[in-house]
Amino acid sequence: MAARTPIYVSHVERGGRIVEFAGFLMPVLFEGIVAEHERVRNRVGLFDVSHMGEIEITGSSASRFADYVVSNNVGRLDNGQICYTVCCNDDGHVLDDLLVYKFSGERILLVANAVNTAKIFDHLNGVARWDVEIRDLSAPTGQIAVQGPLSRDLLLASDLCSAVRDKIKELAYYRFFTFEHNGSEVILSRTGYTGELGYEIYLPAGASLEAWNELLEVGGDLGAAPIGLGARDTLRFEPCYCLYGHELDEETSPLEAGLSWVVKFKKGDFIGRGALMAEKEAGPARTLAGFEIDDRGIARQGFRVMLEGEEIGRVTSGTFSPTLKKSLALALIRRTAPADSEGYCVDIRGKSVAARRVELPFYKSRSND
Amino acid sequence: MVPEECQFTKEHEWVFVEEGNVAVIGISDYAASELGDIVYIELPEVGSHVKQMDPIGTIEAVKTVADIFSPVSGEIVAVNTDAVSAPEIVNKDPYEDGWFVKIKMNDPGELDVLFDHSEYTEFLGEQEAADADEDDMEEEEE
Repeated sequence: MAARTPIYVSHVERGGRIVEFAGFLMPVLFEGIVAEHERVRNRVGLFDVSHMGEIEITGSSASRFADYVVSNNVGRLDNGQICYTVCCNDDGHVLDDLLVYKFSGERILLVANAVNTAKIFDHLNGVARWDVEIRDLSAPTGQIAVQGPLSRDLLLASDLCSAVRDKIKELAYYRFFTFEHNGSEVILSRTGYTGELGYEIYLPAGASLEAWNELLEVGGDLGAAPIGLGARDTLRFEPCYCLYGHELDEETSPLEAGLSWVVKFKKGDFIGRGALMAEKEAGPARTLAGFEIDDRGIARQGFRVMLEGEEIGRVTSGTFSPTLKKSLALALIRRTAPADSEGYCVDIRGKSVAARRVELPFYKSRSND
Repeated sequence: MVPEECQFTKEHEWVFVEEGNVAVIGISDYAASELGDIVYIELPEVGSHVKQMDPIGTIEAVKTVADIFSPVSGEIVAVNTDAVSAPEIVNKDPYEDGWFVKIKMNDPGELDVLFDHSEYTEFLGEQEAADADEDDMEEEEE
């Protein structure tokens, strides 16, 4: 049943522990989550993210249609610019969180979570209007994320990017460009899911394995190594990037999940706008909050957050932060709960453990400044 | 402790019997590697009494949590506080520095139900084969 990415064979060869994730056989770890995590924070790591979905919208109304289906403002993006956004249903709840790449008003690329690609593709077709063509390019597209303070140096040293070194040096955060490699289009963006300086490369599935191996070989001197999904999760957790199925789902609104900055009411109508407007006026029921667990133990997804003996929310993600060396948790809790740090507890398998409410994000890197 | 001289549970704890019917308990390197980076360990207090296969503690790794089951019944006579304060030693050295507790056994006869090292190795092999079979079946379904 499970699909293999075009880079899968390399993960097996390099001793990756393989698990099924969103219908794909993916490496969860190679040398160990903490070691891989530290490698990305201090050096550079490579992620096979070919499981992610790429959905292209083309046609004279591509940008207009994208603005109708996502909450952020696509119309205001420059060509070559990217925005993070959510795609909501009519209730203003999150169908998926996406990156939107604007090539032009006539060509838009949406990058979806693997688990949601088919759902988003069907949703877009269900609400399609104006002059647009929607194509799921996930299968023929491979994706490699190069993340860490040395990611730029790695790309500059690679054959893959030899023709575009100056462009890489100038590339700003959430910008992209395309170039030709062996006759095919490659997209290179300064984006990522780790909080560090980093890049994501989209290339034909058939060219992905060769590029992956070349980057690992060239990056050897810089300390580059493959990174599994385990560290991908801890790396996104520390800067508090949402993960679909944890902080976001079809029961949660972007206003609750701390993503009001991607909801642009003034841009005009979009799916979910009415519900989100009403929610904004009434005040969202919940808010995303951060907690530090003082005692030993990890507050994992679904654990109850208590205040004076009353359940006020649930943990969405929790782990031991390899960078901060603390047990931390994100939780969706009642919005009106006090901002004071004291008085909270998390129920860790029947044991009430004190938790201090702390500000988000837990971690902010300087490598991406 | 030399793994070859230990006995094992299906839950991947090892037992090494010292003089005076004292059982040293830990987890196998297979278990430590499956759990990944261990960040917290919770162990029982010295003086507490446990029964065979009672959960006597928990191991929190970055990605997962697991119970520790007591391979034998008896009284906890020592707890490895070094492992509690620096749990990574369990990943590094599960058979020596990474031991968990010592139990004064009530009934050494309970050891009879445990695997010896070669049986445990075989058990791990069978488990891996079963996992591989599942993968094969999945492939056939493709």
